[in-house]
Amino acid sequence: MIRFEQVSVTYPEAQHRTLSDVDLHIEEGELCLVVGKTGVGKSTLLGAINGLVPHFTGGTLSGRVTVNGRDTSSHPPRELADLIGVVGQDPLAGFVTDTVEEELAYAMEQLAIDPAVMRKRVEETLDLLGIAELRNRPIRSLSGGQQQRVAIGSVLTAHPRVLVLDEPTSALDPTASEEVLAAITRLVHDLGVTVVIAEHRLERVAQYCDRVIYLHGDGTVASGPPAEVLAHSSVAPPVVRLGRLAGWSPLPLSVRDARREAVDLREELQQLASPAVPASPAAPSAEPELSGSPELSGRRVTVRYGNIVAVSKADIDLASGQIVALMGRNGSGKSSLLWALQGSGARESGSVRVQGQDPSTLSPSQARALVGLVPQTPTDLLYLATVQAECTQADQDSQQPAGTCAGLLDRILSGIDPQAHPRDLSEGQKLALVLAIQLSASPRVLLLDEPTRGLDYSAKEHLTQLLKELAAAGHAIVVSTHDVEFVASTADRVLVMAEGEILADGPTADVVLASPAFAPQVAKILHPAPFLTVEEVATALGSKP
Amino acid sequence: MATAASRTTNPLLLGLIVAVVAFVVSARRTEAPWAKGFKAYLWFGLIIIGTRLAFRLLLDGQYGAHVLFRLPELALPSVAAGVRIGGAVSVEGLLAAFYDGLRLATLLICLGAANVLANPKRLLKSVPGALHEVGVALTVALTMAPQLVESAQRIRKARRLRGELGRRTHFFAEVLVPVMTDALDRSLLLAAAMDSRGYGRTAHVPPRTRRLTGTLVLAGLIGVCIGIYGLLDGSSPWTLGVPMLAVGLVAAGIGFFIGGQRVQRSRYRPDPWLLAEWGVSAIGILVATTMFAAAVRNPTGLNPSLQPLQWPALPLLPTLAILLGALPAWIAPPPVRS
Repeated sequence: MIRFEQVSVTYPEAQHRTLSDVDLHIEEGELCLVVGKTGVGKSTLLGAINGLVPHFTGGTLSGRVTVNGRDTSSHPPRELADLIGVVGQDPLAGFVTDTVEEELAYAMEQLAIDPAVMRKRVEETLDLLGIAELRNRPIRSLSGGQQQRVAIGSVLTAHPRVLVLDEPTSALDPTASEEVLAAITRLVHDLGVTVVIAEHRLERVAQYCDRVIYLHGDGTVASGPPAEVLAHSSVAPPVVRLGRLAGWSPLPLSVRDARREAVDLREELQQLASPAVPASPAAPSAEPELSGSPELSGRRVTVRYGNIVAVSKADIDLASGQIVALMGRNGSGKSSLLWALQGSGARESGSVRVQGQDPSTLSPSQARALVGLVPQTPTDLLYLATVQAECTQADQDSQQPAGTCAGLLDRILSGIDPQAHPRDLSEGQKLALVLAIQLSASPRVLLLDEPTRGLDYSAKEHLTQLLKELAAAGHAIVVSTHDVEFVASTADRVLVMAEGEILADGPTADVVLASPAFAPQVAKILHPAPFLTVEEVATALGSKP
Repeated sequence: MATAASRTTNPLLLGLIVAVVAFVVSARRTEAPWAKGFKAYLWFGLIIIGTRLAFRLLLDGQYGAHVLFRLPELALPSVAAGVRIGGAVSVEGLLAAFYDGLRLATLLICLGAANVLANPKRLLKSVPGALHEVGVALTVALTMAPQLVESAQRIRKARRLRGELGRRTHFFAEVLVPVMTDALDRSLLLAAAMDSRGYGRTAHVPPRTRRLTGTLVLAGLIGVCIGIYGLLDGSSPWTLGVPMLAVGLVAAGIGFFIGGQRVQRSRYRPDPWLLAEWGVSAIGILVATTMFAAAVRNPTGLNPSLQPLQWPALPLLPTLAILLGALPAWIAPPPVRS
């Protein structure tokens, strides 16, 4: 269906080729997963399939890409629209019309499809993706998961044979991404659509796919059955890493397969865990003693936008040395709560106290020295031309000796070119830079709004380590995230929000194990043994006499 | 309505026009993003009146007998003879400025109302394939406008996080740079998305036909613009307005026709042109013609005299015509509210 022959892509001003001599063949009806670290060219590979690379992005493409026999060099993307549907990372950026129904019809209008057929296809697609009740809604009023499904629907109506999805679930909560992935697998199985999908969080997709394309990072790719490729790749979901650790072969890809394999391991771990509860790694998270007064304490915090109550009477205490994960559906009020705690966001009632002061009554620079917030799009804070200039500015703003911010940045993530433009950095580097800028004011409380978005496994690991170091240095940290695995390995305490209220508040293990939606893979596999991450299992096994 | 407003400086009539327009807008406004700008147009109107008054105060206040107060007068070199800064300010001068400003503001508010009520994207659906690039650019621009506001708000909020208020010098760099880069990124994404969904699949149009259609349509549109200007501006001769409008319409029509023949595209639920649409357009034309007629028959009613000063009368015919303009509030189909 899709064939790459000796394909190389070079962007101007790049030191090396993004893709080099790629030979690929993706069969019809395959669900193909593209994996690799950030910035290795996943998006380039996906873009090359429908000709956006190089017709739209620039760069030079040598070799041949053919889809169903059509060569992308002679067919620009618009001439392939009837064959390939493309959904980008941010669905909102790709919507052309204003309402769901019009959006679904848009591609068909461009393809000159008969109105009667259009009406039928719109109805079918609405049902297929379960969005029939949304048909007249303005697109901007939908939640992230709904928008993503509308985006998929809007390309499906053209009946493409190939569907290309670039990180379709990166911004979604666990439940919404289940919805989207369920819709995608149904397409593959019911309609035989070929799907090519890029995703960072492999644990969500690995079990469904027929083929994995792994980008090594030097432009070359490996392609093959998932179990084989993932056995050697540097990025792997927890289930695969557990499998590697336990030496299972073939590697299980789903929780179900792993549970079958794990009978012995579970027993072994049960025996290990029960006598050694205080020594088990899950123990420190059990009860972080709230010594003294909390760093930040919010009482009955309420945030309201017009008629919508975003946060309703939330009580929150943050202790020094503790990492708190804030979880919950898209739109459950996580961001609003964080902004209200920082003092910059709206707060209708309730109180926030940090070192006896309310940050919302202080000047921005004073508030910043008490509570630092890294917003969802960290680039909003960056406006200067080089990393160095940003750092110097941050030192001036927070009245610190020159070099403070640069030093912090170096400790957080070394090797960032000080002359680089902040916009050219990778997601992980941008986050590091903004974090360094916010830390330069030396706030005791640090809030991070969805920092894991767009980070690959190694960047997330790095972030985990960094947050643990900061917590050890006495910071109180809140991280809002959808990433269950990240929470399992990072947080001491988990807050779950829904409809603006805090539903659950407790040690990570308790909260996370209580509901399947929030449980990490390892916990699902090893239940009832209380292990959350592969590392915990490894230490437990390592301590075995 | 705009045409009507351009024919009069009577403040009562102008106020009535604004009221009628505002009424129609509030009755038939949708909840779409572009529909939220009416208040901005009203403010803009106020600013126009304010500026007009301020300039009259400063520059050329004396004109008429009823002097209100005197501002210190600046002595200017003789080169600038005829220009006065400061000096006496008269009621007549201020009123004239006020009427003038009000007329301009009403014009603007009327056009703004049309913008608020019409869905610009529906109009774009009829852009022929020959104008592919222009179409992409316009769609991107229209989608960007609300998003620009959104990202500007987000970034202004984010500025506080860096503790930067009060440093006004950096404001433009801090807000504009992120907003603009954001907008550029997004518009590229949108254009790419439109392309990969098949927008402008007209690759088989020979370049000559494309150029011909493009020229015809653009020239036509420019003609239409000049024609409308001619009509709205009462001082320019009729010969400019009507013929230019006609020529422009014809040229654009031919261009659209040629272009449209090459477009392979169909329409999902095309907007029907029904009784309601006819009704609304008919009323618009009716209001305009009545005002024209009234202007010919009774010029003093529409342009109240300033010397001597008198309270402006409310002439019957134009008032009725303007009130007619409120009818679309009932005729037009109610917007779908979610």
